[in-house]
Amino acid sequence: MNYIDLFRATLPETALEVAVLVVVIADLAFLRKAALQTRVAVAALLGVAGCAASLWAVTATGPYALGGDLILTAGGATGVAQAGILVLTALTLLLFIGAGFTRNVGEYVAVVLMAAAGGLLIAAAQDLLVIFIGLELLSLSLYIMTAFAKHSDKSAEAAMKYYLFGGMSAAFLLFGFSYLYGITGSTNLHQIQLAIYTQNAMNAAPMLYVAIVLIAAGLGFKVAAVPFHLWAPDTYEGAPTPAAAFIASVSKVASFALLISIAASASHVFDGQSVASSVTAQVIAAGTGSRPVYLGFSAPWTLILVVFATASMVLGNLAALAQTSVRRLLAYSAIAHAGYMLLGLAFFTKTPVSTDAILYYILSYGLTAIGAFGVVGVVERASGSDKLDAFLGLHKRNPLLAGVLLVLFLSLAGIPPLVGFWAKFNLFAAVLSDAAGPVPFLLVALAVAMSAVSLYYYLQVLKRAYVMNAADDAPLHVHPVTMAVLVAIAAAVVVLGCFPALLQSWIAGF
Amino acid sequence: MLAWTIYLSFAGALIEAVLPKGKAGLARWFALTIAVLGLLHAVGGYVQGFGQGRVTIIDAQWVPAMGIHYLLAADGISRVLVLLTGLAAVAGILFSWNVEHRTNEFFAFYLALIGGVYGVFLSYDLFLLFVFYEIAIVPKYFLIAIWGSTRREYGAMKLALYSFVGSAMVLIGLLAAYTASGSHSTSLVALAHAGLPVSFQMWCFPLVFTGFAILAGMWPFHTWAPTGHVAAPTAASMLLAGVVMKLGAYGCLRVGIGLFPHGLDPWGVSYLGIGSWRDVFALLAVIGIVYGALVALAQTDFKFVIGYSSVSHMGFVLLGLMTLNQIGVTGAVMQMFSHGIIAGLLFAIVGRVVYDRTHTRQFAELETMHLARRLPFAAWAFVIAGTASMGLPGFSGFVAELQILIGAWMARPWWTVAAGVGIVIGVAYTWRALQKAFFSDAVPTAHELEAEHGHKFAAITWPEITGVTLLAGTSLLVGLYPRLLLDQIEPAVKALLAGGVQ
Repeated sequence: MNYIDLFRATLPETALEVAVLVVVIADLAFLRKAALQTRVAVAALLGVAGCAASLWAVTATGPYALGGDLILTAGGATGVAQAGILVLTALTLLLFIGAGFTRNVGEYVAVVLMAAAGGLLIAAAQDLLVIFIGLELLSLSLYIMTAFAKHSDKSAEAAMKYYLFGGMSAAFLLFGFSYLYGITGSTNLHQIQLAIYTQNAMNAAPMLYVAIVLIAAGLGFKVAAVPFHLWAPDTYEGAPTPAAAFIASVSKVASFALLISIAASASHVFDGQSVASSVTAQVIAAGTGSRPVYLGFSAPWTLILVVFATASMVLGNLAALAQTSVRRLLAYSAIAHAGYMLLGLAFFTKTPVSTDAILYYILSYGLTAIGAFGVVGVVERASGSDKLDAFLGLHKRNPLLAGVLLVLFLSLAGIPPLVGFWAKFNLFAAVLSDAAGPVPFLLVALAVAMSAVSLYYYLQVLKRAYVMNAADDAPLHVHPVTMAVLVAIAAAVVVLGCFPALLQSWIAGF
Repeated sequence: MLAWTIYLSFAGALIEAVLPKGKAGLARWFALTIAVLGLLHAVGGYVQGFGQGRVTIIDAQWVPAMGIHYLLAADGISRVLVLLTGLAAVAGILFSWNVEHRTNEFFAFYLALIGGVYGVFLSYDLFLLFVFYEIAIVPKYFLIAIWGSTRREYGAMKLALYSFVGSAMVLIGLLAAYTASGSHSTSLVALAHAGLPVSFQMWCFPLVFTGFAILAGMWPFHTWAPTGHVAAPTAASMLLAGVVMKLGAYGCLRVGIGLFPHGLDPWGVSYLGIGSWRDVFALLAVIGIVYGALVALAQTDFKFVIGYSSVSHMGFVLLGLMTLNQIGVTGAVMQMFSHGIIAGLLFAIVGRVVYDRTHTRQFAELETMHLARRLPFAAWAFVIAGTASMGLPGFSGFVAELQILIGAWMARPWWTVAAGVGIVIGVAYTWRALQKAFFSDAVPTAHELEAEHGHKFAAITWPEITGVTLLAGTSLLVGLYPRLLLDQIEPAVKALLAGGVQ
């Protein structure tokens, strides 16, 4: 056990934890008497500084292995996801400056940073125990963030629902992990995958299915895949805006990074193994003679993901049609977007095409979602409601904000040349490049058809903002920092959309 | 030179969006300047293009990892349609001179739409083409929903969803072609060279063709067109009928027929005379021609007559494409241009010249207004436009429809017979509209004369006269000297039919 290596590998997380301490001390010790505005600004900026330091650490960190088993990876997809988590966290912290839902400023920022640290951990983790610890750190922080608006009943209710669902799903996940350990005798992802193919897993197939289903349930909850999505609309509706933006973006990035790790470990299971064991395993995998055809981890996993993806795409998009609350609408649209990405995970290529496409999607989606929640938060503060009708006449009340809304929602709908379109195209092309045949093709066709459906509900919001007359013509004031963040996000969505190669080559070259 | 049409329009749209609010005059003049500059570039590119085949305008790497290029090129077909877009854009702005409500935004959306249309006609990369095609959807929605009339939100949403569903079908076909070709390029030329298997083309062709044909108003997916046209403000319905429906037809030709020529091969089995996708789509086109004309004959709303006549005339375009012979396809492209000009003119007269003064489009009410006497300009303009629309010799429609009919005769004689019925009904509904709206027999009573005297219609303005002259003049010019267009279209069609897009 080499503590120097461990310290080096966890440098990004350490940077965030140090920032947590600094924020709490600064807020509680030095700024007790200061005005709320100052405290918010200082805490948020310290948090952003912590993210920046951690971002630097991400580029300098290295992998960490114990006894030949990789515990934490670094660079590549992990690096991209970690950098994305940090940037998106910083954006939600900046949105916090204008939000003003709490007086416990230092605590809020500290919890956000801890959640981000949990996200960094699960993005890098290659070991079931580390994955679970990271997930719990992230989840517990998210429950607290959801409940942070102490004066709001909705916030408390949302947090309670989120917590109960979350606790249950964590139990499922842990149960599944324990089965997996029992079957394979290892907690390392790579070892587990290898053991499933080569060792005694042949005889334990039913048990393995149970384990896989339990794990899929636990992780399906994190990404709000149907049928484990029930918490999402309530949480998105009740949580304070910056917290909801965080749940919709950072938490999703981290969870999908974890799913990518799992899929990658499954598709690279024979890398670095001797030819002999690989051949044996392939023979077993293909099935010989009367023996049942058994494809190890990938086949049941793909099947479950396909079911999740299809259900999420269909239900998310159709349920969103009926919503009158924009936050709930965004929640169902998030479910639908998760469905598209799960499709990418189900048909995962050995080459980095899938990884890159999913990362591209989740990063651009996270960015857009933060912006969308930012706009919703501003409108909600001004009109006290997040109903569709709160957006009436927005183009008159604040043309710039309406413009931002237009760009972000059209990007979510996948209209070129905005970044959301490229994300979809990349992802669907990756799915089709992995597997020929009617099934993936029909699923992609379904996804494209469903994204045509989604245009309807995004246009419902834009119609209120641009077409229908306002009930109230009073100009809508926005905190300058919030406005700057929102404009920057919209500009990024346009620029990354017009030059899609920028983000693509950044992801590929990390 | 042609590429500037795109950049000018998008830059104009951006500048319109940030021009000071409340200065309608400035917004109008600026938009007109941009549109005229665009038209000049289109004409310049057109004139340069005589005697040239396909000219690559710009070819730059866009998304290297996926082999997507920013590739603009133009052959004769593209040049003709770019010219049409330029004319329609200028005329549309002239006929929206009286837009006072949110003028800046109106012209911003308008120019964005125009930019997207130019882009589609000039793209030679399938992906780029698709991007521009989708860019054109959103401005249409807002133009109709904000500035429209009769059931505008319904019409706008219906149109947006139909367009989006159509483009989703195209996207699926695009993804399939991209992965099936394995060439890692989305350039139309590369995809056409990829040698896609016949079985693949057999199912991909109808998918992509239908996706585009939805926007071309193919029966039975035409229902967005009449409601959309009627709901749209004048300039938007001019653009919808004039150029947006042409986007669909152009996509059918360039992508559908150009990339998947074997999709039109016979199936090997035939039932009721239908033995290939070609027969299927030709049948739908013929139904569209006759059905559109019959429905137009029964309308009580002036604008619906024009809306359904568009469905009928676009049926000719699709029929022309399905002839797959030189003269028929040339006629189809000719008809795209001709219908763009004439439909624009008809919608301008109905929507701007008549409706903005009478505030009704119902024949029952128009009959009592004696418009021939009170608005002689409108009456004469409609006589000219109606004549052109009927396809009388001397106007562009005649040349186009004649070629399509000859082409159809060479392919399947019964197509010509059925389409000929459509032409006859076309004469009938045009005459009926003309008579009901302008030349009703009712003699004005003394009381009515007095009322008319007290309530004079606003005088005809210069933008209206200019616009009518521009469009009617173009149709006449092309009708009298069709070589002007044919010299560009014929070589391009020949090349396209000879070997896909290669």
